[in-house]
Amino acid sequence: MLLSAPYALFLVAVFVYPLGLGAWIAFHKYSFAAPNAQVDRPFVGFDNFARVLQDPDVIASFKHVGIFLVINVPLTIALALLLATALNSAIKGVTFFRVAYYVPYVTASVATVTVWLFMFSENGVVNSLLGDLAPDPSWLTNSTWAMPMIALYVTWKQLGFFILLYLAALQNVSKELYEAAKTDGANWWQSFRAVTWPGVLPATSLVAMLAIITGANLFTEPYLLTNGGGPNGASTTPVLLIYQQAIQQNHPDRASAIGIFLVIGVLLLAWISRRMTEED
Amino acid sequence: MTTTASTGVTTAARTTATAIKIPLWVRIAKITCLVIGAFGFLFPFYYMLVASFQTTKDATLGGLIPWPSNLSFANYDAINGAINLGRSLINSAIFTGGVLVCTMLFGVIAGYALATLRYRGRGTLFALMLLVQTVPFQLLMVPLYVMTVRNFGLSDSYLGMILPFAINSTAVLIFRAYFLQVPKDLFNAARIDGAGEFRVLWSVALPLVRPALLTATLLTFIGPWNEFLWPFLVTKQQTMQPLAVSLANYTDNAAAAQDNPFGVALAGAVVLALPAVVLFVFFQRHFTSTDLGSGVKG
Repeated sequence: MLLSAPYALFLVAVFVYPLGLGAWIAFHKYSFAAPNAQVDRPFVGFDNFARVLQDPDVIASFKHVGIFLVINVPLTIALALLLATALNSAIKGVTFFRVAYYVPYVTASVATVTVWLFMFSENGVVNSLLGDLAPDPSWLTNSTWAMPMIALYVTWKQLGFFILLYLAALQNVSKELYEAAKTDGANWWQSFRAVTWPGVLPATSLVAMLAIITGANLFTEPYLLTNGGGPNGASTTPVLLIYQQAIQQNHPDRASAIGIFLVIGVLLLAWISRRMTEED
Repeated sequence: MTTTASTGVTTAARTTATAIKIPLWVRIAKITCLVIGAFGFLFPFYYMLVASFQTTKDATLGGLIPWPSNLSFANYDAINGAINLGRSLINSAIFTGGVLVCTMLFGVIAGYALATLRYRGRGTLFALMLLVQTVPFQLLMVPLYVMTVRNFGLSDSYLGMILPFAINSTAVLIFRAYFLQVPKDLFNAARIDGAGEFRVLWSVALPLVRPALLTATLLTFIGPWNEFLWPFLVTKQQTMQPLAVSLANYTDNAAAAQDNPFGVALAGAVVLALPAVVLFVFFQRHFTSTDLGSGVKG
């Protein structure tokens, strides 16, 4: 009991208490004040929630997360499974590929975002390769391309981790099933459809769930890659709005309400994705 | 590929290969995929390194090749002048070190208690710990900011940066899993010999789970070292900012003042990326998918 007390105390101080405080703030009119000033913080019921729901920026930010997920989830699943399958066969240099795929995941977003900015800028290397095919305005300042670019960046950054998840899942698929499929005369693709895909379904479910959580947490990428959710708010995300509302505009109450909506959204999507993968 | 962690991968892979005959075209397709993939993953890093040494920006295709005449340490000098690299690195090190020490300390004792001792509230604590894994940071961001910055006045302090990361339920889970594998008799023998719980933990349990310590250290390291949002919220003074924050602020605000703004920012990016990449490459066999699977928030 005594041994886990420090951890338990921290758990209450850094998670349980803030969780309650967050909910409390969302139901009150709350603003920051000087440390010792007495401020009236009346209970306002669902006012903050109603206000947030009427804000077109908030609605747009949730749509952006939707765009992110539509691109990020299928791309992540397809590429991670493809590369994990390739990595799962006995070839030389497995270690090299494992390390190569993992490097973006262990590197700070702040560092890798810089090189993406460099590559995809107006006269960056990508545009000089594409020539006249390059979009105008360029990728990250183009309101159509800004959000897909963020989704692509995050897919690239996280892929190594998901490849490893799939690799673990692939190794748990029963060898007998492959044998049986072979005896039945299944070709490589058929055995992939009948054995591999159902075998890694739990991993796919986990990948989808983690991608949803990542999508809900997007902050650093739009903040740096598209200069704070630009152009013209085309890539703002809920967490970016939480930051702007709470810290820049002194409305922590509305920010908390956005946070609660976001969490409800995440739970809902997670539930749907779980249902989908279980019934398959 | 000598440790148990990674041989699992290769032996399993070999069994698959012998069990089914893979057609040649599939094998070629696989290797092609792997090579294209590796290129996609590594190219930005190669480019980051090359461009960080270029004296003048060369974004054309020719810029991909490092010409000796266009290479120098000028960008590194410039980023050091703009954000004081040494100071930022020290801040990053203190932030990361603080988080690591707290995580190990609280993680080991909590993991040990959860795995080997029976006491009231153990079940509740474990349930709470799993619940924490599902609580997203967005919901905690505002209240944590209110608490640390507004109520406790911990802005621009290391304590304010470290506090929300001081405990890490992932590390507790890893340690708990390792301690569960140790036979209970070992602990009981020590207790019969009259050792107190701390003595058992320190002299018996800890030496047995050394691999767990390394895994947890590596996993925990990349968190605070790469963390941007929280230290960004907590620090306003440049002298207190970890490298990730000062570099991001530089890219955002000050870059325009430089002759070769991208080169300077990339030099900073190389300095930020290097410790994590080097650590990972050296200890990559300790990064196993099972540890990561348990190490995921969500």
